[in-house]
Amino acid sequence: MNSEILVCIICPKACILNIEMENEKIISILGNKCKRGVDYAEKELTNPERALSSTVLIKGGVLPLLPVRSSKALPKDSLIKVMEVIDKTEVVAPVKIGDIIVKNVSNLGVDIIASRSMRKVI
Amino acid sequence: MEFNYDVVVVGGGPAGLGAAAKAKESGLKVAILERNFELGGILNQCIHSGFGLGYFGEDLTGPEYSERFIDLINEQDIEILLNTMVIEITSDREITAVNKNGLLKIKAGAIILAMGCRERTRGAIKIPGSRPSGVFTAGQAQRYMNLENLKPGKKVVILGSGDIGLIMARRMTLEGIKVLGVYELMPYANGLQRNIKQCLDDFKIPLHLSTTVIDIIGKNRLEAVIVAQVDEKGNPIEGTEEKIECDTLLLSTGLIPENELSVKTGIILNKLTNGPLVNANLETNIRGIFACGNALHVHDLVDYVTKEAELAGQKAADFVRGKTSLSENIEVTPGENVRYTVPNYIPTHIDGAIKLYFRVTKPIESGRIVVKANGKTIFTGKEDAFKPSEMMIFYLTPKVVAENLSDLTVAIKEEK
Ligand SMILES: Cc1cc2nc3c(=O)[nH]c(=O)nc-3n(C[C@H](O)[C@H](O)[C@H](O)COP(=O)(O)OP(=O)(O)OC[C@H]3O[C@@H](n4cnc5c(N)ncnc54)[C@H](O)[C@@H]3O)c2cc1C
Ligand code: SF4
Repeated sequence: MNSEILVCIICPKACILNIEMENEKIISILGNKCKRGVDYAEKELTNPERALSSTVLIKGGVLPLLPVRSSKALPKDSLIKVMEVIDKTEVVAPVKIGDIIVKNVSNLGVDIIASRSMRKVI
Repeated sequence: MEFNYDVVVVGGGPAGLGAAAKAKESGLKVAILERNFELGGILNQCIHSGFGLGYFGEDLTGPEYSERFIDLINEQDIEILLNTMVIEITSDREITAVNKNGLLKIKAGAIILAMGCRERTRGAIKIPGSRPSGVFTAGQAQRYMNLENLKPGKKVVILGSGDIGLIMARRMTLEGIKVLGVYELMPYANGLQRNIKQCLDDFKIPLHLSTTVIDIIGKNRLEAVIVAQVDEKGNPIEGTEEKIECDTLLLSTGLIPENELSVKTGIILNKLTNGPLVNANLETNIRGIFACGNALHVHDLVDYVTKEAELAGQKAADFVRGKTSLSENIEVTPGENVRYTVPNYIPTHIDGAIKLYFRVTKPIESGRIVVKANGKTIFTGKEDAFKPSEMMIFYLTPKVVAENLSDLTVAIKEEK
């Protein structure tokens, strides 16, 4: 049996999770103030995921950059790879919030979407 | 007196938007004055997620959170004056603002202050040494990278463990900028634990506690900083100095409510928060002038900002419609381990729930909220952990406070 200590990052309460494991399976978790902490611990110890936000260049918009995000959390170890794609992406205004900027990025089944609307400069 | 608007909101960030939307529900004539070219406030540059969990039950980025409120405001008949900077407010609620058309004079039935906050700069925290370029506040760097497409530098040291610095550590690392470490004067981190984990630990960026920057080296551009460990009093310990070569220093050492305007109006500030002293209606010492959001006290979660702003909006509307009466108030005293409370004054007789926001002075591993009224303990909370970075809320209800109040103290009792 071995134990792990994790900080739950799902909400700002940041519960400290004390986890007991056996044969790579969680047998008990203490310290979570809600059930989402359990799901988080399971994910984090098997295949950790992170939400990603960044910006892409936008032409003709009121600002030179458009903020974007991943539509769902991405595998933690894919972030750098996805950033390379985002850094090479350029769009043209106008854009609406939620528009898909990169579809199925790096074949991960997740889209990169616009996190704000941006109108054209007139 | 003839008013141009019933309610005028100064500042179009989440606080201003929430307050305006709420005031409008009473069918009043409402205006927002915003100095920027668009609404949304600081959220427009906070492209990371973590907003809205409390209010919408969804994990949104800053721009997504603000766009929801901007859409709501745009659907209604609320006057929005952009590129308009308020330069003066008188105690009889006349506002002077400037925009490209020149000076505007606006008479308001009620005013809501929602100017947000500013960052502590190098002057405010006094680092000696030369003045090369490459020293920015974390929020400035965030603006450069997220709005203006400029990179602050290549090798970065961050002073202070506030949330903005932590968020920027991750953002810069993902953009290929080397973040050498975060240095924090206090023996504990200032930012939220989740940010330490996902912004530093995930990228193996070291966090050095009880350590600070004692000197800055460089002629034109920053070349290095000298860091040193500090003792319990915060004084550098001789022999622990270390030179770190870097071209950029980010300061993430705290936010201060923006209240230059308010002071000129004659509004009294709370020395502990630098925001106005307010009663349970979030009204300042000047009748008809209300405050909310980061202009009132620094919030780490925008969801609380919105909730607080809605209260200010409601109470401002009530004031205009003559629905508030002057009640007798008592002062709320921050007790042991409590740095401040908002509001500062509450009525002697409580007939609806009052949200009492407070922060602790230091991290407490195990303690209980203890509320005393009229010298007697009226509430003792469950055992819990408390951190200065986390704003706490205590609900004062008629059930908890049955009798008329003469004093009220909120404290945290440490359990050993
Ligand atoms: C960098 C940073 C990161 C954050 N990260 C998170 C997070 O991850 N999760 C979370 O929930 N919260 C976060 N917060 C907190 C939250 O975003 C803020 O508490 C919230 O945005 C404050 O809203 P506000 O409306 O009071 O202030 P602001 O958003 O600052 O808005 C104030 C507005 O007033 C305007 N203004 C000021 N003076 C004048 C004047 N004289 N005339 C006209 N207009 C004026 C300004 O231009 C601005 O638009 C963060 C805050 C900051 C600063
Ligand atoms: S366990 Fe639940 S309450 Fe605790 S941090 Fe995670 S999501 Fe928040």
